[in-house]
Amino acid sequence: MKTFPIGGVHPSDNKKWSCGRAIEVAELPDVVNIPLGQHIGAPAAAKVAKGDKVLTGQLIAEASSFMSANIHSPVSGTVTAVDMVPNGQGLRQMMITIKREGDEWMPEIDRTPEIKRECALDPAAIIAKIKDAGIVGMGGATFPTHVKLSIPPGCKAEYLIINGVECEPYLTSDHRTMLERGEELLVGVEILKRALGVDKAVIGIENNKPDAIAHLRALIADKSFAVGVEPLKVQYPQGGEKQLIAAVTGRQVPPPPGLPIHVGAVVCNASTAVAVYEAVQKNKPLIERVVTVTGKSVSEPRNLLARMGTPVAKLIEKAGGLPEGDVKVVNGGPMMGRAMVNLDSPVTKGCSGITVLSGVEARRVQESPCIKCAKCVGACPMGLEPYLISKMSRKKMWESVEGERITDCIECGCCQYSCPAGIPLLDHIRLGKQTVMGIIRARAAANAPKK
Amino acid sequence: MANKFFVAPSPHVHGSQSTRSLMRDVLVALLPALAVSTWVYGTDVLTVSAIAVVSCVVIEFLIQKFLLGGEPTVSNLSAAVTGLLLAFNLPASIPWWIVVIGSAVAIGVAKMTFGGLGRNPFNPALVGRVFLLIAYPVQMTSFSAPTVEGYSDAFSGATPLAAVKSGAVSVEDADLLNMFGGAVSGSLGEIAAAALIVGGIYLLWRKVITWHIPVAVLGSMAVFAFAVALLNGGGAMLYELPAFHLLAGGALLGAIYMATDYVTSPMTYKGMLIYGAGIGVITMVIRLWGAYPEGMSFAILLMNSVAPLINRYVKPKRFGLTTAKK
Repeated sequence: MKTFPIGGVHPSDNKKWSCGRAIEVAELPDVVNIPLGQHIGAPAAAKVAKGDKVLTGQLIAEASSFMSANIHSPVSGTVTAVDMVPNGQGLRQMMITIKREGDEWMPEIDRTPEIKRECALDPAAIIAKIKDAGIVGMGGATFPTHVKLSIPPGCKAEYLIINGVECEPYLTSDHRTMLERGEELLVGVEILKRALGVDKAVIGIENNKPDAIAHLRALIADKSFAVGVEPLKVQYPQGGEKQLIAAVTGRQVPPPPGLPIHVGAVVCNASTAVAVYEAVQKNKPLIERVVTVTGKSVSEPRNLLARMGTPVAKLIEKAGGLPEGDVKVVNGGPMMGRAMVNLDSPVTKGCSGITVLSGVEARRVQESPCIKCAKCVGACPMGLEPYLISKMSRKKMWESVEGERITDCIECGCCQYSCPAGIPLLDHIRLGKQTVMGIIRARAAANAPKK
Repeated sequence: MANKFFVAPSPHVHGSQSTRSLMRDVLVALLPALAVSTWVYGTDVLTVSAIAVVSCVVIEFLIQKFLLGGEPTVSNLSAAVTGLLLAFNLPASIPWWIVVIGSAVAIGVAKMTFGGLGRNPFNPALVGRVFLLIAYPVQMTSFSAPTVEGYSDAFSGATPLAAVKSGAVSVEDADLLNMFGGAVSGSLGEIAAAALIVGGIYLLWRKVITWHIPVAVLGSMAVFAFAVALLNGGGAMLYELPAFHLLAGGALLGAIYMATDYVTSPMTYKGMLIYGAGIGVITMVIRLWGAYPEGMSFAILLMNSVAPLINRYVKPKRFGLTTAKK
């Protein structure tokens, strides 16, 4: 079975808590907060002001540059504020607050359930519709999808790879989406193929989801889709973009500023492909998504279809509430997600799950001296030496750490996960990587030709 | 809200291995060899092992408490591992006070002087053994004959390597089956080839060690012995000489348990292979042409000193730089 070439770890996948739960529609929230920056790139520019009436699916903030994304109202109601509101990490961020009044949709959105397969649009029109709908990568990285589909001059796309790996432990939102919305997903893949002008499309799925693999294969055979399904070994970080490309095609994306397109690959998340289908065929912008709410101590783990802007606390309530005692609530999965302090913060486009860890799980391991066991080196999927770059970062040896390729780090956490001494390797590597990237940018600016 | 929130950067989960669990696994892996040794030499084996383990732990504890300061770290079991490995390098008949001196050198000089676990450049147990070998050569090389039935007495109290070295026995006469099972003379831990292999498989299964160092050490020894046999005319020796050298002396103990010591071995797989091959070759050179019958401990200590250099120049295979675009 295919897998990526270097490193990796095998955390318990903990998917059993929620993978058997069908997607349920979450209750509409009374008030939503919509951050203007919920994607990589420039925050969107607000198009509404306090007191404006909006409909569900109406554009409320517009992409402010090429690398940005539109944002639409997830509910109908009245804008009550455009102001700084604390996000999940407690940092204040510009958000549009809307008080919900009913649920009246924009008239052009097709809400009928039947599946529209035919698409006669040309690539530019497809990409324009995707841009209008504000679609970004829904696996967590939130890279604007229209940017990904705009192939830079001199490059050619050969492979479209759909990321159905979901290698993060606990999360099951892509798994349920593939099972319950398989046909829409496959139509979405065909639309993406058309937009890119490629004829090879492969859906990569980790082998711990045999039902999703079988279901998609049956659909492909039944309805004659020209899409492949590739079962992949269960190994973290199989769903990392570079790892997935290497697993499926055998090609390794060169280090930054190398991009997937330099090896002819474009990767889209499975849920993103469904959103693409909805945007192109149904005129529906990205205003809701599936969020897994899970954890060993959560009484009723669920996969909830939630409108953007729904407070996270509402979803946790629906899953049986927080357990007693001290907890860690993670936006995303336990390997790469972000710990939250503010549960009133909203669901955003990149929120694939809420993982609740409690008791000893929530606590970090006590740090002890490095015993040079080399487990971090063996685990690093980028072929780096985490013990070394972490220590160099601690000692602020920026030039040396740049030479050791710290900017290749994808922050997957394999090193820290495998460290028997409990050293917070990634904390220091992150700081070092940020600093080195700053140095590289400053150097580029200093060396740029003066106008 | 009654809940308190923990906040930290990702990853939020941790693997099951800890320094303590790794060290415990090493101790468990050494138990079969300890059992075989006790069967061969009697309860002296247990006494020597207990003295070594207790001295190492006590000495580390005292140094940490009164000299270094800081949290005592004996609970991570690394001192116990050093003690047991030191005992495995001693004859069963050794006086107890020599064991204590060896432990003091191993922990006091080779480990704590450099700042404790993770900082020592040389394998502590081997520093202890080599110190004793030089300071007390007579006690370190007197082996009582095994007490078990079936012991062929071909080596009359000498270890197979010493007997072959002195010319008393030729390699063709060596009883490979006894050497595999443990009914030969030697230090505590080196005699039971089969039990050491069982422990090694356990360590691989528990992902405590990787295959790279043991395979490189044993592989290079076998290739070296094969080549020597070939130059000397070949024949049956082509297979007997490699088999003899892999089973004799500290080859398996060194390759599986001593050379794989985390702190003193390289950090990359490629580096581990180079390091292991170096150990194998140096061991064979000392065994065949050196003054000592056994060279494993010297070889490991020599390669320990090269490990930092290997770490500096041998880098892992980086993602994205290895394969060109097709």
